[in-house]
Amino acid sequence: MSFLQLERVSVGFMRYEGIFRQHELGLLEDLSFGVGRGEIVALIGASGGGKSLLAHAIFGILPRNAVVNGTIRIDGSVLDDTHRNRVRGRRMALVPQSLSHLDPMTRCRKQIGWAGQRAGHPLDRRKTEALLARYGLDERAANAFPHELSGGMARRMMIAIATVGDPDLVVADEPTSGLDTEATGGILRHLRSLADAGKAVLLITHSLAEVLPFADRVAVMRGGRLEAIEPSDRFAGAGETLASPYARALWIALPQNAFTPGGAEC
Amino acid sequence: MLSAHHLSFRYSPHTPFILEAVDLHLNAGEIVGLTGPSGRGKSTLGRLLAGQMRPSGGRVSINGEKPPAGFSPVQYLHQSPVFATDPRWRISRIIEEAWIPDAAAREDFRVKESWYDRYSHEISGGELQRVALLRALAPETRYLISDEITSMLDPLAQAEIWQALIKRAEQGLGILAISHDHALLQRIASRVITL
Repeated sequence: MSFLQLERVSVGFMRYEGIFRQHELGLLEDLSFGVGRGEIVALIGASGGGKSLLAHAIFGILPRNAVVNGTIRIDGSVLDDTHRNRVRGRRMALVPQSLSHLDPMTRCRKQIGWAGQRAGHPLDRRKTEALLARYGLDERAANAFPHELSGGMARRMMIAIATVGDPDLVVADEPTSGLDTEATGGILRHLRSLADAGKAVLLITHSLAEVLPFADRVAVMRGGRLEAIEPSDRFAGAGETLASPYARALWIALPQNAFTPGGAEC
Repeated sequence: MLSAHHLSFRYSPHTPFILEAVDLHLNAGEIVGLTGPSGRGKSTLGRLLAGQMRPSGGRVSINGEKPPAGFSPVQYLHQSPVFATDPRWRISRIIEEAWIPDAAAREDFRVKESWYDRYSHEISGGELQRVALLRALAPETRYLISDEITSMLDPLAQAEIWQALIKRAEQGLGILAISHDHALLQRIASRVITL
C-alpha cells in the first residue's frame, strides 16, 4: 500500500433548497489512487474542477457543509480526526495555492519559527538559515514581509515552511501558477528533490506539459472523476501507449504536439 | 497598425519606471507573441495599448491616429475571466452589454444560447473565457490583447480557443499574445517579442 492511499473518496457540499430541504452537490466522485514514497504523482485537471478540494479533504480543512466519503490512509492507518491531528504538519504538510496563506504582517523568519514549533521542531537561527538556503532564500528573504518577495520566492518560502517538520507526505497545490518558466523550473526541481529524498509528493496542477519532466505518474481528472493514471513516460510521440483516450487527447492538444481540440468526443 | 511609440509607465514620479520607451507595432491580421520574466511590465504594456491605463510618456496610435473615444478598438482580456464579469449578471447581459452577436458569431467560440440565463460561476472556466472573448470581439474590435487567456485552461480548451482566434486573425484581427508558454507562442505567433 502506498504512503498516501485514497479509497473511493468523494467530496460534496450540502446546499439548502428553501428552508428545510437540503441536497448534496457532488464535486469529486469516487477517487481511488495512491502516492508512494519517493514518487511525485501529478493530479491534473481543468481549473475549477475540484482538485484543491481533494487537498483540503486530506488535511481536513474543508468548510463545515462539506461531506467527505470514502477512506484516506496515511502509512496504512485510516486518517480520522484524531490521527489527522497527530500527523498534520508533522508527517504530512500542505503547500497551499494562494500566497495569501502567508501572514502579511509578520516577517518570514518568524513564520518559519512558528511552523517549526507547531511541527515540534523548534529552529534556532542556524537551522532556519540552513533550511532557507536549501530553497535558495537568503537572510534578506528571511527578514522580508511576504509582499516584499517575488512570486517565485514566496512559493519557495511556503515550501520551506511546509517542510520544516520533515514530513513524509508533501501536497503542493498549484505551486507554479503565475510563475515564469525559470521560477517554475526551480519549484518543480525542489519538489523532485523532496521525492528523491524518499518523500511522497502529490502535485496538484492544471499544466500537463510543465510537470511531465518531474512527475513519475499523472492522475488525470475529468469532471470530478479520475479518468486515468498514466506513467509520465507514456506521454510521448503521438501518445500511442497511453491507456486512456482522454489522456491521449490532452497530450495531442498541447501546442508542442498537434494542437488539435478534437478530443472532445472521447 | 497598432503602435506604441516610446511608451513609458510608472506609478508616480518618485517610483522607478515599469516600462521605459517601448516601441511596438502590431499589424492587422498578425499574431505577435509577447514574453519575458514576471514583473517586466507585459500586462502593463497590454493595458496601455488598450487604453485602460494612461502612459507616463509616449503614445499609442492606430494607423497613425489617436485611438477613438468610446468603444475601444483595442480590447484587453486577462487570465481570469471571473474578474472581468459581474457575478450578479447573467451571461446574456454580460455579452450583450458590448454587442449582440448572431448565431454564427456564437458558433465561432462555441458559446451556447443555453448558458444565457446562467450566472458566470455556473459555467466552467473555459466556457467563461469563451464568453469573455465573444463579448470582446465586437464588430468594432480591431486588435485583441490576450494576456495569458488560456494559461489556466486544459490543453483541449486552449487549443479550441486558439483555433478560433487564428481564424479571426485570418479575417483581419491583430492579436498580441502575452504568455510564458514558449511552445504556445511558437505555434500561434509569426514573431515573438521579449520584454
